Amino acid sequence: MATPVNSKFLVGIFDDDDVVLKAVREVRDSGVRIHEVYTPFPIHGLDVALGHPRSRLGIAAFMFGLTGCITALLLMSYTEKFDWPMIVGGKDSFSFPIYIPITFELTVLFTALGMVSTFIISNNMGPTVKPLMFDLRTTDNKFAMAIDLEKNSLQETAIESILKRSGAAEVNVKQF
Amino acid sequence: MHITSAVRTPLVSGGKTYADVTEDVCRQVEGKPTREWTIAFTISALVLVYGSACVFYTWWEGLGVWGLNKTVGWAWDITNFVWWVGIGHAGTLISAILLLFRQKWRTSVNRAAEAMTIFAVVCAAMFIFMHMGRPWMAYWALPLPNTFGSLWVNFKSPLVWDVFAISTYFTVSLVFWYMGLVPDLATIRDRARSKVSRYIYGALSLGWNGSAKTWARYEYMSLILAGISTPLVLSVHTIVSMDFATSVIPGWHTTIFPPYFVAGAIFSGFAMVQNLMLIIRVVFKLEDYITTEHIESMNKIITLTGSIVGVAYITEFFIAWYSGSEFESYAFINRASGPYWWAYWAMMTCNVISPQLFWSKTIRTSVVWTFVLSVVVNIGMWFERFVIIVTSLHRDYLPSSWAMFHPTLFDISDYIFSFGLFFTLFLLFAKFLPVVNMAEVKAIIKSSSERLPQSVSGVAKGERVTNPTFNKNVD
Repeated sequence: MATPVNSKFLVGIFDDDDVVLKAVREVRDSGVRIHEVYTPFPIHGLDVALGHPRSRLGIAAFMFGLTGCITALLLMSYTEKFDWPMIVGGKDSFSFPIYIPITFELTVLFTALGMVSTFIISNNMGPTVKPLMFDLRTTDNKFAMAIDLEKNSLQETAIESILKRSGAAEVNVKQF
Repeated sequence: MHITSAVRTPLVSGGKTYADVTEDVCRQVEGKPTREWTIAFTISALVLVYGSACVFYTWWEGLGVWGLNKTVGWAWDITNFVWWVGIGHAGTLISAILLLFRQKWRTSVNRAAEAMTIFAVVCAAMFIFMHMGRPWMAYWALPLPNTFGSLWVNFKSPLVWDVFAISTYFTVSLVFWYMGLVPDLATIRDRARSKVSRYIYGALSLGWNGSAKTWARYEYMSLILAGISTPLVLSVHTIVSMDFATSVIPGWHTTIFPPYFVAGAIFSGFAMVQNLMLIIRVVFKLEDYITTEHIESMNKIITLTGSIVGVAYITEFFIAWYSGSEFESYAFINRASGPYWWAYWAMMTCNVISPQLFWSKTIRTSVVWTFVLSVVVNIGMWFERFVIIVTSLHRDYLPSSWAMFHPTLFDISDYIFSFGLFFTLFLLFAKFLPVVNMAEVKAIIKSSSERLPQSVSGVAKGERVTNPTFNKNVD
């Protein structure tokens, strides 16, 4: 998400998750471009209503898992077969079934760490990041719909009335 | 969308709104430490100090300070390790497996249960370091090139699998738990009044803004994490059981070990979750979020896993006879009627008989019964590991080397150390981080909350919220 600079936003505050979900469809139908909706908990179907594309995190997770799986197999077969062959317990120095536990563990480890890092990076998150909060109550009990006035051709008052009509409890102006 | 069968008991009582959830959970994070907390923390910290001194002495003097002998070369150290790892399993079960099964009651208890997992795994890891004797050589367990000292590790050894399993389990549980915390940390950040807490919780919440896009990705990530944690948690105790099962010691060399250990782990873990949650709900006044329904659901899981464990004990005994192996049969007859008969029967009573009491609704919905039986289950599960480990070793193939294991002061003190460590960490968590997952509870509140009292909403108490009146300004 690109950081908006020097933009003027109209922020509709909603009290209820079902209302905001309905409002997103109504506002979009009246031709207003929504910047983003901020909620205290996940609302199912909100990303679809906003037209966000499906996350590709699953592909990333699979790739990281595959990397972990291959790393484990290469590490074990290289050390046990080529670098220092050893026969333990009468088993061949390369014995695939016995590699399964560690291969599984490294697959899971790489998937988890890789996917979470991807999540943090793709959301521009980090310990020093100052988030753009349109309303501090959105992490408590309110739902905020932010509309970038510069990216909309409609008048401010027109957008405000659309927001009010679709159920916004209050409409504020926020400048970044 | 928000429809739940009217037959179901509400998961959140007292007609809570979204703001109430925030308020109730943040109260103890933002307030001054309560007197109960201070007393409990002081005791835990003192126990930790005493235990640390004893662990230091164990390392300084060597493992000779334990009661181990030539015949019983592995006793309390590994018993405690398996016990703690097992306890950890309930947290992952609640956060991952119950998420996949869409069990909504998990939302109130998952945060604390996952924290328990992490701290239990830390305690378990301490026993690995302890029984290494020379913890500064711990890196020898890692696959490092030969120039670092030893040869490559033996990847065919279940002990090396354990290194990978436990470290992966710890890392993944920590990441899963922390990512679950991020939205709630943002809530605390946005409520913070002092500059210091705004800064600390701001850094911890990683700049969370709660946008719809972030939430969608977050949900997707949680689902995948749950998906990979589910086989992970099963693999961890499977691998722990293989430490024993891949040996050729009668009493250890059995194929039933993996499922039997996993069931036992979940069994003891839920008992520990019960103990912790029953205290938290009273001390932090969270009875509306951790209700009788939650306690009952967890007791049902305890009964199920306890029954699996009971069947496993009997199967093991039967197979020992059926195998026709004299040594295998003797190992089991010796367990039940040899010098350690009391440990065996303590295990049987605590693990097989006591959870069956939960078939009675009165008992499984009673706070006192639940608390007592959960302690009993954990005592039983400790004895289970002790029985498996010590009774299989103490009478080996050579009767002249038969011996008994007698714990010394340091066996006991090193065990006490782990309690000091566990409760110190848990109390720090309970004070400074939200013990209930606020975002997840808010997400289920419409479908699973009790209606507001009649005086407020005009609707009879106990009815389901299907069309709530939180949005007073709308419609």
